[in-house]
Amino acid sequence: MIDLVLIGLTRFLVGGHAHWVGTVPQERQRIYFANHGSHLDALLLWSALPRELRATTHPAAAQDYWGTGTVKRFLAQKGLNAVLVDRSRSSTSGDALAPLRKVLAEGRSLILFPEGTRSGNRMPGPFKSGLYRLAMEFPSAELIPAYLDNPARALPKGTFLPLPIICRTHFGAALEPVEDGGKEQFLERARAAVAALAPPVEAMS
Amino acid sequence: MAALDKSLILFGVVSALLVIASLIGAVLARRVTSEAGVATVANLNARIRSWWVMVAIFAACSILGFTATLLLFALTSFYTLREFVSLMPTQRADHVPLAAAFYVLLPLHYWLVWIDWYGLFTILIPVYGFLLLPSLSSLQGDPANFLSRISRIQWGVMLTVYCISYAPALVLLQIPGFEGQGFLLLFFLTAVVQLSDVMQYVFGKLLGKTKIAPVISPSKTVEGLVGGGLSAVAAGAALWWITPFSPWAAAIMACITVIAGFLGGLSLSAVKRSMGGQGLGNHGAGARRRARPHGFSELCGSGLLPPDPLLLHLTRGFPGHAQTDPSWIGQGAARKEPGFGDSLGPPCQQPSAW
Repeated sequence: MIDLVLIGLTRFLVGGHAHWVGTVPQERQRIYFANHGSHLDALLLWSALPRELRATTHPAAAQDYWGTGTVKRFLAQKGLNAVLVDRSRSSTSGDALAPLRKVLAEGRSLILFPEGTRSGNRMPGPFKSGLYRLAMEFPSAELIPAYLDNPARALPKGTFLPLPIICRTHFGAALEPVEDGGKEQFLERARAAVAALAPPVEAMS
Repeated sequence: MAALDKSLILFGVVSALLVIASLIGAVLARRVTSEAGVATVANLNARIRSWWVMVAIFAACSILGFTATLLLFALTSFYTLREFVSLMPTQRADHVPLAAAFYVLLPLHYWLVWIDWYGLFTILIPVYGFLLLPSLSSLQGDPANFLSRISRIQWGVMLTVYCISYAPALVLLQIPGFEGQGFLLLFFLTAVVQLSDVMQYVFGKLLGKTKIAPVISPSKTVEGLVGGGLSAVAAGAALWWITPFSPWAAAIMACITVIAGFLGGLSLSAVKRSMGGQGLGNHGAGARRRARPHGFSELCGSGLLPPDPLLLHLTRGFPGHAQTDPSWIGQGAARKEPGFGDSLGPPCQQPSAW
């Protein structure tokens, strides 16, 4: 019920419709990875998925934002089915990924934001290594890049109310699985795949 | 004639005309083979479809009443403003004024229309909004392109909130002898504008030679404007019986509407072009808009928005004479036919029932 309300509100305010290019929604284990611009991202990507997939797809949400406050925690857990991840430096990177590993081990899908933090730029910045580690440990999960258009304008860093600005989610073709190329190459390939999905900037005055 | 009678007759006549138009369109679609012809017919059929939608919306609105209509228009304003803002380049510093426009100005303005506070809703956005929004932006401290940014925001709010809200506001007008018939006046406006648009196109195709503003709007010609405008004025005069105006007054109102629609449409074309036109109204298959007739560009391009405030102000008369003495309107309002408003009982007589 909560999820329907959340999605209804999302559609009303920011649209958040999906655009699938080179891939289709499928009932199989997937790791979706996207650029990160605002706190709306997890909600946007998740709500862009078709209903059947939403039940088994869990967005990774930052513990320090979504875990604080009863309302946000409630929305994250009951509404979004999110997995809370501890981003603080004090925990080793192995521990931070533990909740994500657990979800993948159960055969469910994940939504990740490998930049690790919100960036105000249109194009995604360098990716952290979590995606690489998870891709190595779970080779059966299909890696789907996604580009979120506009949420950084709707809810930029430091703001509280989202602006009604039309946002779209572009899903792209699955990434080739990790080869022996190594971590840096893989992460760069992943980053380029997300960047490629960005729609062209219209010339405006 | 009671409001209900007029509405039914009007609805009947318009539906009949649309059915004929749709049939013609269907026949043409099958007969025409040349490329240009196919494009023109497709255009025509799309327009006829949009008219069906408009008629359906009008019928729904007059049945549902004023509050529902106002809500519908408020939602339309919301969606069109959202589309407009999505297309303009915004900066972080614009966040607060835009949030103010969406969450404060829009509901406040529509609330003022709902309670019929004419004095304030006419100036809220053009005066207070105009002064407040830039101040909110300047508080964020970003001077880059400041004037362009605030102008765009003001323009967007004026077009999508202010102009659109005048359509339901027309319904509110209390004119002696014409109570509760505001929807008919709104229909008058829409019909004149749409007809003017189509006839300008037709005359332009048939006789058009002298272009008016070729870079901004390549299809508008003087011949098209004159021919189309005159036909629309004639149609407006013919529709005098659904308005509080006499035939002459109706013709004058129609004339003003045509001119305002044309000039407004021209400036909106210029806006579209300077914003790289492509995006307006085409915001992807995802931006489904349910029952609303087309996007921002259709609404603006048809010149439907600019005449709205003009018609409202003119119909009310000059400031100070507004509500009580619209005698300049002509014999239309003075017509006191026997049984006016009596025949169908309370619902037609009480404007508040809307």
